[in-house]
Amino acid sequence: MGKVLMKGNEAIAEAAIRAGCLNYFAYPITPQSEVAEYMARKLPEKGGVFLQGESEIAVGYMVFGAAGCGERVMTTSSGPGISLMSEALSFIACAQLPAVFVNIMRTGPGLGGILPSQADYFQATKGGGHGDYRLIVLAPSSVQEAVEMVMMAFPLSEKYRNPVMILGDGLIGQMMEPVEFPENLIVKPTRKNKWAANGMDTRKSKKRNIVKSLILDPETMNTHNLLLKEKYDQIRKKEVRFETYNMTKPYKVLIVSYGTMARVCKTAVDLLKEEGIEVGLLRPKTLFPFPEKKIREAAAKAHCKMVLSIEMSMGQMVEDVERSVQGKCPVRWYGKCGGEIPPPKELMEMIKGLKL
Amino acid sequence: MQHEVMFAGFGGQGILSSGKILAHAAMEEGHQVVWIPSYGPEMRGGTAYCMVFISRKVINSPVVRNPLHLVAMNRPSLKKFAPLIKPKGIILINSSLIKIGSGRDDIEELRVPVNEIAKDLGDPKSANIVALAAFVARSNIVAFDNLLKSIEHEFINKNGALPLCMKAAEAGRKAGLP
Amino acid sequence: MGKTFTRPVALSEKDTHYCPGCTHGIVHRLVAEVIDELGIRGKTIGVAPVGCAVLAYNYFSFDFMEAAHGRAPAVATGIKRVRPDLMVFTYQGDGDLASIGTAEIIHAANRGEKITTIFINNAVYGMTGGQMAPTTMPGQKTTTTPFGRDVEQTGMPMKMAELLSALMTPAYITRQTVISPKYVIKAKKAIKKAFEYQCEGRCFSLVEVISTCPTNWGMTPVEALSWAETTLLPYYPLGEFKTPDSQGGNDAA
Repeated sequence: MGKVLMKGNEAIAEAAIRAGCLNYFAYPITPQSEVAEYMARKLPEKGGVFLQGESEIAVGYMVFGAAGCGERVMTTSSGPGISLMSEALSFIACAQLPAVFVNIMRTGPGLGGILPSQADYFQATKGGGHGDYRLIVLAPSSVQEAVEMVMMAFPLSEKYRNPVMILGDGLIGQMMEPVEFPENLIVKPTRKNKWAANGMDTRKSKKRNIVKSLILDPETMNTHNLLLKEKYDQIRKKEVRFETYNMTKPYKVLIVSYGTMARVCKTAVDLLKEEGIEVGLLRPKTLFPFPEKKIREAAAKAHCKMVLSIEMSMGQMVEDVERSVQGKCPVRWYGKCGGEIPPPKELMEMIKGLKL
Repeated sequence: MQHEVMFAGFGGQGILSSGKILAHAAMEEGHQVVWIPSYGPEMRGGTAYCMVFISRKVINSPVVRNPLHLVAMNRPSLKKFAPLIKPKGIILINSSLIKIGSGRDDIEELRVPVNEIAKDLGDPKSANIVALAAFVARSNIVAFDNLLKSIEHEFINKNGALPLCMKAAEAGRKAGLP
Repeated sequence: MGKTFTRPVALSEKDTHYCPGCTHGIVHRLVAEVIDELGIRGKTIGVAPVGCAVLAYNYFSFDFMEAAHGRAPAVATGIKRVRPDLMVFTYQGDGDLASIGTAEIIHAANRGEKITTIFINNAVYGMTGGQMAPTTMPGQKTTTTPFGRDVEQTGMPMKMAELLSALMTPAYITRQTVISPKYVIKAKKAIKKAFEYQCEGRCFSLVEVISTCPTNWGMTPVEALSWAETTLLPYYPLGEFKTPDSQGGNDAA
């Protein structure tokens, strides 16, 4: 199969189907509704399950139910909907169910607007729902990468028995780019998930399975949280992904930026280079786990005078950047969050004006 | 070099579709492409626009303040976007609906009565194809044959629409030739 | 002579945490008996609510999931849609189903999810300590209606079986009680019918069970049974409100 021109939202849907996810529950919300529309057209012919729930709250629990009986399942939404699903996300994380959530971010807070934004960084990486839990958060910066990340998200969520979130912004969902779908499709998972509540007949041992998140005994609760922590620490060790751009040069400024914003930063880096100014760019592809070590090392270089977190939010990722840099270099934030994406020239001027 | 083409007009004028066909043709020619729509309430009756990026190199920033070309299908979009166009760009004006000019002397202005042409062909809805074909004929941004292939690709499954679209493309080509 | 009364296989051996005089135990047993009789234990998934029955998964002997407050019908929908071969039931109280989970139960019923809901209505929040439920009777004292439920402020008790019966989608909806043996026999028949409809893949089914809560009503178990009979039953009439064969909305009541 060659390249096809596809909208991000539709490519995400197609990627999920090709990843062997034939179960999809969702509720309409701009700017991600095309995922649901695509699934509504395609899943019936694949013998899959498409269901539009009555609310994102219900959808979150439909995902819980489907994941709880060991089936691959996905939902997609945008910030306000993810807020409603956050209750379920907490339950799913505690019950250690694999599931894929996609957030095509729009501006907020509140009803906000429907234009691209990265304002759900905290919601995705720091919880959103209650309790000590983490999502694995993947941040695509092109339609092609969104496809790859969706296909990667299912095995990742199954490996760690943890929900994975694809955190894209409205532009990733709405833009069309040429995409190529990988030839090697992921095999549909079997129903052999030992932990799944899918009927005792499924198992040789007559042991029954309970999928739950209620743990009243303090010692057991603490042990469970330690188990989750150990898992998150493993994820921190093994699953960090990032891209570097122009970082082999003696950059004075290091930009940390993700998603669509990072693409704009790349152009700004190129334009600054033409003027003889070297700027490095580190693009986290995973927001949890965050590439802390790499950023710390990159910021510690003698030529690096400043680290800039450039975001379509009012200074969210910058907290993780500061935490990573550990005072080895000054850290500043730059961003916009009204839906308008700062163009490369604006970034250039801002960087040229920095007092280093 | 990177080309940015902005298509703008009322919702329902086929703005998004024109851009998509151009992006597809450029992709088939081996270019890098990005298609970005305006989306949301403005799609439903207000001003709609889309931007097509075409380049030999990887397209990083999908954000541009000053596009190279503009296809303006209605007056509000001409007034809004004409001042942003880069010098030496092309501004195609749908003269059926827009009686004013771009007010720019550093760009190439092309006036095409696309609605009238489409109406004469018997398919008022193909005005966007007329405009797209006229723009491609003038700019040579993709080979005209490749544009025809992409029009075919877009309309082949839309019962019976294709022959009229091909006619519209031919009429647009004639109107757009320098 | 063989044993005439044994523990259903579908019921676990664990002692319940329910208060003396609580009718949860009876309903658990009826559900377990029905599951045994239909031979579906190996393919049944129960969905526990939040409420006193939050630990229901400990008292049955088959696969279970534990949902958030009010969300059991959504969880059950998720299971049933991806595994239609499984038998799925929710077990919910009145705070769970009639308050925080109204959207989920109405839409699960309206979509005609082929699941079974056992709805325990005892006119009060149990687990959280006796607060007002949407089903609390006018004038009934609870910890959040210390002067009695004022219907001017909080509206009238919600009749969920009637409300759900008004939906146009075919369903089996009935109200039963277990406050005396004659009612228990009828309730079991209804629960069995509800599961049978699911086995046949016919429709959504809901059995509302008028129950007691001596602890939070501040009564002895015997007083509670009598209060349920004299106060709840006149307001919450028993009977079949809807069967899959009936047309449209309520055909009884």
